[in-house]
Amino acid sequence: MSAKISNVINTDSTAEISIQNADFSLGDEVALLEHDNATDGAVVTFTGRVRNQNNGNSVSSLTLEHYPGMTEKALTKIITQARARWNIGRVKVIHRIGELQIGEQIVFVGVTSKHRHDAFAANEFIMDYLKVKAPFWKKERITENKKTSEQWLDAKDSDNNKAQTWS
Amino acid sequence: MIKVVFFAKLREQLACSELTLNDDNIATIADVKQRLSDKSAQWQQVLNSGSLLSAVNHDMVDSSHPVKSGDEVAFFPPVTGG
Repeated sequence: MSAKISNVINTDSTAEISIQNADFSLGDEVALLEHDNATDGAVVTFTGRVRNQNNGNSVSSLTLEHYPGMTEKALTKIITQARARWNIGRVKVIHRIGELQIGEQIVFVGVTSKHRHDAFAANEFIMDYLKVKAPFWKKERITENKKTSEQWLDAKDSDNNKAQTWS
Repeated sequence: MIKVVFFAKLREQLACSELTLNDDNIATIADVKQRLSDKSAQWQQVLNSGSLLSAVNHDMVDSSHPVKSGDEVAFFPPVTGG
């Protein structure tokens, strides 16, 4: 599996961040979170995928750009904040970059904890903060009436509002 | 010297992904913006968008944040990952 990964960062012994072009396997990621981990009874995972519609437009693919270096630092900070708020075990964050087609996986957040509440809450927190703090940008390819155009997505107020509910 | 990098829509609008500035008279992010805005009307317009975000050495900061020689400054639009 390590051959597929372009940039893995161990933020601490129990957290890992990977920014990669390659797809990932939900099953493999869950197995890694569970492997040799008898203390945590809860495993919560989130997977984000490319939708075929956005703002009423028909989307044919996405290109994801990021800011190497800052991305890892921002995600590390988010995980540290989550750890300060909840009693969580292992954390894994994967974000794909480059061109992605409809239905492909974009992002994965996996969190383990002794009991379910901490993993549920921390997972949602990490995803909400990733949406507004981690330097990724999506460019959509839209096909309408057989014409293809590209446009950068605008940030959504709803994402900012959701992240603010944690403060 | 100060390294300045640009991302996403901003990079395309400026047709520039990175440049370096000498640090004369630069003390804050606002000073960097001002220096770059002097390049042309296009740069001025793009860099004075209200939603523009900035970072120094990979941490998001506001316009009053100090900048010194050797720093990496970044400008980019609001993020849209996930």
